[in-house]
Amino acid sequence: MASLDINQVSKIYAGGNKAVNSVDITIQDGEFIVLVGPSGCGKSTLLRMVAGLEEISEGEVKIGGRTVNTIEPAERDIAMVFQNYALYPHMTVRQNLEYGLKNRNTPRADIDARVAEAARMLEIDQYLDRKPRALSGGQRQRVAMGRAIVRQPAAFLFDEPLSNLDAKLRVSMRGEIKRLQRRLGTTSIYVTHDQLEAMTLADRLVVLNGGRIEQIGAPLEVYHQPASTFVASFIGSPAMNLVQGELHGNRLAVGPSLLTLGGHAPTSGEVTVGLRAEDLRVASSDEEGLQFRLDYVEELGSQRLVHGHVGDQALTASMALDVALADEMKLAIDPRRLHFFARDTGKRIHAPGTAPASQPSVMEVA
Amino acid sequence: MQKNKLSDHLVLILGSLFLMVPVVVAFMTSTHAAADIHSNGLSLTWGGNFAETYEKVLTREGGFTGQVTGSRMVMNSFILGIGFALGKIVLSMLAAYAIVYFRMRFATLAFWVIFTTLLLPLEVRIMPSYQVMSDLSLLNTYTGLIVPLLASATGTFYFRQFFKSVPDELLEAARIDGAGPIKFFIDVLVPLSRTMIAAIFIIMFVYGWNQYLWPMLMTTDERFFTLMRGIKQILQVWIGSQIPDYNEAFALAVLAMLPPVVIVVIFQSWFIKGLTESDK
Repeated sequence: MASLDINQVSKIYAGGNKAVNSVDITIQDGEFIVLVGPSGCGKSTLLRMVAGLEEISEGEVKIGGRTVNTIEPAERDIAMVFQNYALYPHMTVRQNLEYGLKNRNTPRADIDARVAEAARMLEIDQYLDRKPRALSGGQRQRVAMGRAIVRQPAAFLFDEPLSNLDAKLRVSMRGEIKRLQRRLGTTSIYVTHDQLEAMTLADRLVVLNGGRIEQIGAPLEVYHQPASTFVASFIGSPAMNLVQGELHGNRLAVGPSLLTLGGHAPTSGEVTVGLRAEDLRVASSDEEGLQFRLDYVEELGSQRLVHGHVGDQALTASMALDVALADEMKLAIDPRRLHFFARDTGKRIHAPGTAPASQPSVMEVA
Repeated sequence: MQKNKLSDHLVLILGSLFLMVPVVVAFMTSTHAAADIHSNGLSLTWGGNFAETYEKVLTREGGFTGQVTGSRMVMNSFILGIGFALGKIVLSMLAAYAIVYFRMRFATLAFWVIFTTLLLPLEVRIMPSYQVMSDLSLLNTYTGLIVPLLASATGTFYFRQFFKSVPDELLEAARIDGAGPIKFFIDVLVPLSRTMIAAIFIIMFVYGWNQYLWPMLMTTDERFFTLMRGIKQILQVWIGSQIPDYNEAFALAVLAMLPPVVIVVIFQSWFIKGLTESDK
């Protein structure tokens, strides 16, 4: 168990292409960090640099206070779970679990105890003498996790471990990973492109885009106060609506519609306005709202997603099932729930009074 | 489908006859006495001399020095075939390992250089090779017989393709598990290549077993004669009115055919696996 420091780390490929650009993350002992971003954002490269599978071009990685830049992966005291499991196909499950320990000259009795413990924890006892090819995807993933657990490393590194599983299994394995990590209290870095996985697993999220960190924060903090339009559109499903608007004093114009803000607007002029689908509701007749033209409806069972346009800008709202829908509607939103982003940089425009009440920074997930 | 059955079978039967008849003829003829063969030619019937001929071929000491028996030649052929196959596998696996897994400056170039030697058969370099072996005074030794033939572009190529198909994550997992280059090779790569090794072994064993020109150059001492040379040796003994031992030549030819057949039969399932599916 250890803390982990990533200081100004960059990965520069031949030709000057920067896959990871001056990334800074400080990870507490026992924390579960999720690196999330679209493919090609450098999240896997960053993880592999921590693991020692990629060379660190610039900067420094410290595990438990020790700089590991030039240390072999095996000596870094980390364990990694791979996307395609990377189990040794010719070895039985037991041999797979033991291999790393044997190479470290762990005493036999110790190996047996650790393997038994991990197998019990992951409920793979009855498969110990099978070859990986005789196991299902979910079972293989458990074995891969078992191989990480028996090592009792300072940190777990997960490289999209659930993306090869079907949707249902993914949900249950997600819960299991979280439960295990809680139980073992091992510092973990988890890479995924799935924002839902990221939200549910993370103590803190690191949203990456183009090799740079867009935002670091607790899942709800990132959800409620996205630092940029990129984060706003990436985190949350459906994605946050981003529309072009104009601020004049305390009035906001979106297309032909006008909204009055409660307090002072944080800025004036052209802005990008962010609206969460679930914050939108049908306005009462005397309320001001956005003139919304309905295009089509997606039924989700518990609620419905209403897709349409305000002026010529697309907008999606989430509605309860009992809300009456019409082709032309007026949608209202609590002005405090509006997000403003600079039109040019995409950065969030902070202003007192426009942010929602502060959220707990660490969400407890049982 | 039903309509085609008869003609399908006909084609298959013709094909097998085409391959089998010469073997059967050779075997049947070998059971006749030499004089019979000389007067009647090849034969498709059982001659009744089976036990005597084969016993004579395997145990009688022949050749000019009268020191070499058939079984000795069988043994020599085995030493050549197996040494040749194993040596080639070890060398080409190591070469492919170096080319695929290590960041060498001229790895690709090295591979293509090795690969282009496929274009140069043994016969092209037979004189210089002989000279080298002769200078090292390795003529008439098993070392001299085997070592110059060991470098194998074919083997290196097959193993390179196989290693390239092994997922990178396996190497990475092994690195994290603390396996160095040698451990990874022995613990992971070699067991994974089992079927590939079997396939290459068969090909190379048969190739080595059938070597004729090289052993002929390298060995003048009859103790090192292989079966392939022995067959010819028998037919050369044409002194005066003596009839050549056709029966013995045929018996040796049949014997020479057996081990490759046995090996292919034993390893055939592995052989097919090795060349078609990758067990990952």
